[in-house]
Amino acid sequence: MTIQEIQDEIIDEFSLFDNKEDCYGYIIELGKKLAPYPDAYRTDDFLIKGCQSKVWIKPEIQNNNLVFYGDSDSTLVKGIVSLLLRVLSGQSTREIAAADLYFIDRIGLKQMLSMNRSNGLAAMIKQLKLYALAYTSTDTPN
Amino acid sequence: MLDITSIRQDFPILQQQVNGKPLIYFDNAATSQKPRQVIDALTHYYAAINANVHRGIHFLAEKATEAFENTREAVAKMINAPSKEQIIFTRGTTESINLVAASYGRAFIGEGDEIIVSTMEHHSNIVPWQMLCQEKNAVLKVIPINDAGELLMDEYRKMLSPRTKLVTVMHVSNALGTVNPVVEIIRLAHEQGAKVLIDGAQAAPHYHIDVQALDVDFYAFSAHKMYGPTGMGILYGKRKLLEAMPPYMGGGEMIKEVSFKGTTYNEIPYKFEAGTPNIGDAVAMKAAIDYMQSIGQEAIAKHEKDLLTYATDAVATISGIRLIGTARQKASVLSFLIDGVHPLDLGMMLDAKGIAVRTGSHCAMPLMERLGIDGTVRASFAVYNTEAEIDIFAKELRRAAETLR
Repeated sequence: MTIQEIQDEIIDEFSLFDNKEDCYGYIIELGKKLAPYPDAYRTDDFLIKGCQSKVWIKPEIQNNNLVFYGDSDSTLVKGIVSLLLRVLSGQSTREIAAADLYFIDRIGLKQMLSMNRSNGLAAMIKQLKLYALAYTSTDTPN
Repeated sequence: MLDITSIRQDFPILQQQVNGKPLIYFDNAATSQKPRQVIDALTHYYAAINANVHRGIHFLAEKATEAFENTREAVAKMINAPSKEQIIFTRGTTESINLVAASYGRAFIGEGDEIIVSTMEHHSNIVPWQMLCQEKNAVLKVIPINDAGELLMDEYRKMLSPRTKLVTVMHVSNALGTVNPVVEIIRLAHEQGAKVLIDGAQAAPHYHIDVQALDVDFYAFSAHKMYGPTGMGILYGKRKLLEAMPPYMGGGEMIKEVSFKGTTYNEIPYKFEAGTPNIGDAVAMKAAIDYMQSIGQEAIAKHEKDLLTYATDAVATISGIRLIGTARQKASVLSFLIDGVHPLDLGMMLDAKGIAVRTGSHCAMPLMERLGIDGTVRASFAVYNTEAEIDIFAKELRRAAETLR
């Protein structure tokens, strides 16, 4: 699936919820389902420090695409990591770097989170894109 | 008994729904809500009396000056200051502390002198002293605490010496609720000739403060935590000290005469109030003082104490809960953690139910480090909170913990 198709799918899923509580419940479930993060990479090198929680993201090239592993000490933030990885992990570095992540506004993620957390969200997206840019030089030209 | 239902009617903001639920506001240690009396005073000031204070000769200037100075008098009375000139208006507790550091500190603290703070201080009562110590090569000493969150007074006693120039501690801990033994802290410091600054930001909303009974040298607090406006703070100081201190900022109002040959400064309190002050909020602060006094400080303190006891019992049976801060003397702050659940998640889940609490380090990272935690969830109560709200909070907290685990 393309980045756009996955985002549209997420927007559809979230359109079922009309309150914050149900959204959070779903995000918590997504967090719990996230693939386990390799303990060896739970280090400061892969840490993105938010205001109140910690996020780890580890990039890895697989079949010319960029795959991410992610985790957080907060269950809700882990759910958000899971959403971002669902959209971006496994895509080409060029597509990740260029991605317009419109699903965030459409599902109201920023309104759900406090401003502090939105900044944390911005930091996560920035890091994911920076990894993509860093790996672009190793990307096989089409 | 207080009529809380009628008190709640005074607070327009409490009437709203948040995320489809009636708002339960338990973030009072961060800032309290404002009664209609305070909001009306602020509106009335701008609608009817706004003018710049002190130098005007016209009708409004006189009215504004009178209203502005009435607040100074009301504050002086409230804390039993010997005179209203000893009440300095600032932007808040943080500026009050910085004023003492920049003025008293720069003038009277030198190389090798010692300043004592405590482990539980808010960053605003740590960083100004670190800055001063760095500038002056002075030494910052820290009173340790026990696991309950109480100061180790024996350690404090040992720390005091003729080198101690200033002791600065909080009256009530914002993160733990601990009420510190300030009378003894002040007495012991004075025995060594040291001055004492008390950060009263969390005490003034709850307790009657008597600066003369305390014999405190400086006392700082904010209007916005005691049902008043933001951007308005108080620094009380002993007259002799305030008069000996150099100005803190230069500008209009703080001068007597200005010339390029040399400038002479105004008397206290104006020496420390350069520039146009925050007149509107100062005027509204008096409405907040009147409001608290109309309910009665004792009655407020008793209601909040009952709420803390009730809340402590209500959450006690939640599995894995651990109270952070179990001092014998506590103000209405309930700080806690639940095993295996991130405080941020609990805060967000409660918010989804319309319940406002604070999560994180509460601007007290050294305290969190001492306790070996990253942060807590903090519920803090004010006069308008009820046992019924605590019941909902405890129920939703239990549910959130179960969902998150």
